[in-house]
Parts: sequence; C-alpha cells; structure tokens
Amino acid sequence: MAGKPKLHYFNGRGRMESIRWLLAAAGVEVRRTVNNPTFLCTFKGGTLMYEQVPMVEIDGMNLVETRAILRYLAAKYNLYGRNIQEQAWIDMYVEGLKDLSDMIMFFPLSLPGEKEMNLEYILERATTKFFPVYEKVSDKFYHGQDFLVGNRLSWADIQLLEVILMAEECKPSVLTGFPLLQEFKARISYIPTIQKFLQPGSQRKPPLDESSIESVKNIFKFERGMFLKNMSTIVAEY
Amino acid sequence: MATKPKLYYFRGRGRMESIRWLLAAAGVEFEEEFIETAEQYEKLQKDGRLLFGQVPMIEIDGMVLTQTRAILSYLAAKYDLYGKDLKETVRINMYADGTLDLMLMIALAAFKPPAEKEESLALVAQKAQTRYFPVFEKILKDHGQDFLVGNKFSWADIQLLEAILMVEELNASVLSDFRLLQAFKTRISNIPTIKKFLQPGSQRQPPPDSHYVEVVRSILHF
Repeated sequence: MAGKPKLHYFNGRGRMESIRWLLAAAGVEVRRTVNNPTFLCTFKGGTLMYEQVPMVEIDGMNLVETRAILRYLAAKYNLYGRNIQEQAWIDMYVEGLKDLSDMIMFFPLSLPGEKEMNLEYILERATTKFFPVYEKVSDKFYHGQDFLVGNRLSWADIQLLEVILMAEECKPSVLTGFPLLQEFKARISYIPTIQKFLQPGSQRKPPLDESSIESVKNIFKFERGMFLKNMSTIVAEY
Repeated sequence: MATKPKLYYFRGRGRMESIRWLLAAAGVEFEEEFIETAEQYEKLQKDGRLLFGQVPMIEIDGMVLTQTRAILSYLAAKYDLYGKDLKETVRINMYADGTLDLMLMIALAAFKPPAEKEESLALVAQKAQTRYFPVFEKILKDHGQDFLVGNKFSWADIQLLEAILMVEELNASVLSDFRLLQAFKTRISNIPTIKKFLQPGSQRQPPPDSHYVEVVRSILHF
C-alpha cells in the first residue's frame, strides 16, 4: 500500500481533477480516500501548508499548490519535456489552458440569471482565443508530429484533452471548425491509460451538479455569482 | 555575444515584477520595452508574438515566452535557482506559488474602486500575517538554515523577499512577530545583486499609482 499517492480534496473535480488526469495518464494508481476537507481545513499549521486543498501525499511529502503538484508529477513521470526549452513550451500551453478551464470550473456557480451570458462568454473565449492557438500548433502534425511538444506525450497534451472534454460538456459541437483538435482528441483519448480513465469506475469525477454545489459552497464559502469576466484569481473565504 | 533578454510589459509592477526580480537577483542584464499605448499593444498582438494575446512576454534564447509562471520557471531553471532535484524543486514551487498568489492579490487590488481597494489590501496584509508568513517563519525555524530550500539561495528566497517588501508597503510592522523573517529579509537584501536592485536607478518598479492604472485600463479596455 505504501507508495501510492493519496489525494486530499472534496468529492468533485475542482482543482484536483487535473492532478487525477495526470496520474491516470501516467498509469499511477492512487489510494482511495474518504474525503473530509472540512476537518483538513481546520488543521492549522499541520499538513495543509496554506490551509488549502488540493493536497497530495506522495514520496513522503505533503504537497500543496496545484501547479507545484502537477509540475512534480509531470517531471517524475517523464511528461515534462526533455530540456528546459520543451518544459517552457509545456508550461506555456498549460498556463494558457488554465484561464479557460477556470472559467468552466466556476461556471456552475453563476447566478441563475447570468448562466446563459456566462456560457456564451466561455464558448466565445474558447473558440476565438484558446482553441485557435492549439489548432495552429497542431498544424505541425502534418510534419509527422502527434503531440504538442517534443514529438512525444506530455502534460500539455493531457491538459488540452481534459479542457476539450470540459468545453464539450458545455457545448458538444464546440470543436466544429477545429479539425486538427478533433483528430488530437481522438488520438489522445485512445492512449490506453487515458482510455481507461475515460471509462466508468475510474478516478475521474463528474461535473459539478446542483447538490454538490451546495456542499462546495459550504466548505469554501464561495459567493454565488462571483464569476468575474477577467478572472485571474478566485478568492474563496472559509 | 549573446543578446540580452528583452521584457515587454506596461511601465509598472503587475505580473512582470517577479520576473524583473529573478533576472536581477541572478545578475542578468535585461532590456525592456514599455507598452504605453493601445496601438503599441495591438501591434504586438498582430505580430503574433503573444501566444494568447497577453503580456508579460520575454524574448530570450531565441524564444518568445509568455505566461508569467512559464517564464519564471524557465528562468529559475536556467539560472540554477530551482533546487538540485525534484523534491527541492517542488518545495520551491510550493513556496513561490504562495507568494505569487499573495502578490497578485495586491496587484489586482490597484484596479478596484477606492473603498474595495482598501478592504482588499487590508485583507491581503491580514492573510500575509496569519496564513503565509507563519509558514515561512516555521520553515526557517525548523531547519535553522539561511535559505528556504536546500541550504542554498533559490527562487523561493527571491520571491519571499519581494513579497515581504510588498506587504510592508501596506503595513510597515507586518514582520513584528516574525524574528526569523526579519533576519531573512536583511540577509537576502544584502546579497550584492539584490542590494543593487534595491537601490534607486535600478529596473525595479514602484507600487501602482493612479496613472499606471489609467494606462493599463485604456490599453486593455476594462
């Protein structure tokens, strides 16, 4: 049992989902846990460095800060490029996606009256600002490359697939007009570890629904309707 | 002769300041192009060098890099400020991410209406004192070393000093309960490259004022 990472989070996607994706793609099994973040969050000065989750127990460490965790895992499982230049490209692609995935992540917390407006905004950003960039990068594929960076699977590919699927949950036809991304999606989905993760029964979490929103709100004391157009930071108080 | 890195950003701290700190601390000379008009910004976007149409951007080693954290990570690795192995790197990332979040809250507060701005800044100072600084004080206490990670100067130390100074601008006595952080601040400030950066005439930018806010608002249209 020792050696399997342990994830501390509430029972939903949130900021932990990208971590679940990366571990799954790398073929790493995680320890199943009973999620009890209320208790964890009150553990001041203990295992949660900034009193925040996600937290991952791995290799004798308690890691916090989503990005720090993802980078550690990407490097450990050889999904972070072969040199610092490739790493920089992977970081750029991943950071670019974060803005879009944050918008989608927090969309369920929109006020009912603003839901449609926010959805339109998300889709507009996805199809005019974000996807064109990755469609263009994918143009390289015609020279025989199947992946975003360094001609091999990296964290950037996994992250892009995750965000494509999230966007499709908002609007199934969102990839219309992006033929290379459609091919990319198919290709990456068929990688065995990822295919397995996309099956029922995996560690993958469903999108936030009405009942989970309430519990998330209670844990993190989100203000409903705190959806910011140029959101770069979501401030949660608890 | 290698060309100097060149930074593209507004004339102010914003998201570029941590990059300036890192380069300065590493003793790297760099050039800057300050974006002062909407036309300048649009030209950069049309030139296609801004991957997502945004700054910060840096030209370095034949690459055009955007995304603040991608740039910082690259520079930290390049200048050997990122730990000697993955375990040290992850700790540096954990500490840096925390301080970056704190400093970003301060940077964004400048764009809020006056009453909200005051409230935000007070909240940041409070978070610094109750959530962030105690963590770093404890880290220093637990290992008793001069630097945060691996007994060696790293990006994490630069970030923490930058954050300390920025919060002190909001509340001069914020370090009063943190004896080790006070010593840390003095010690890191005295590193020659950093000492030089803290002198007048360096490329360090002042805190955001109303003029800076106006310029950025007019260029980014918000």
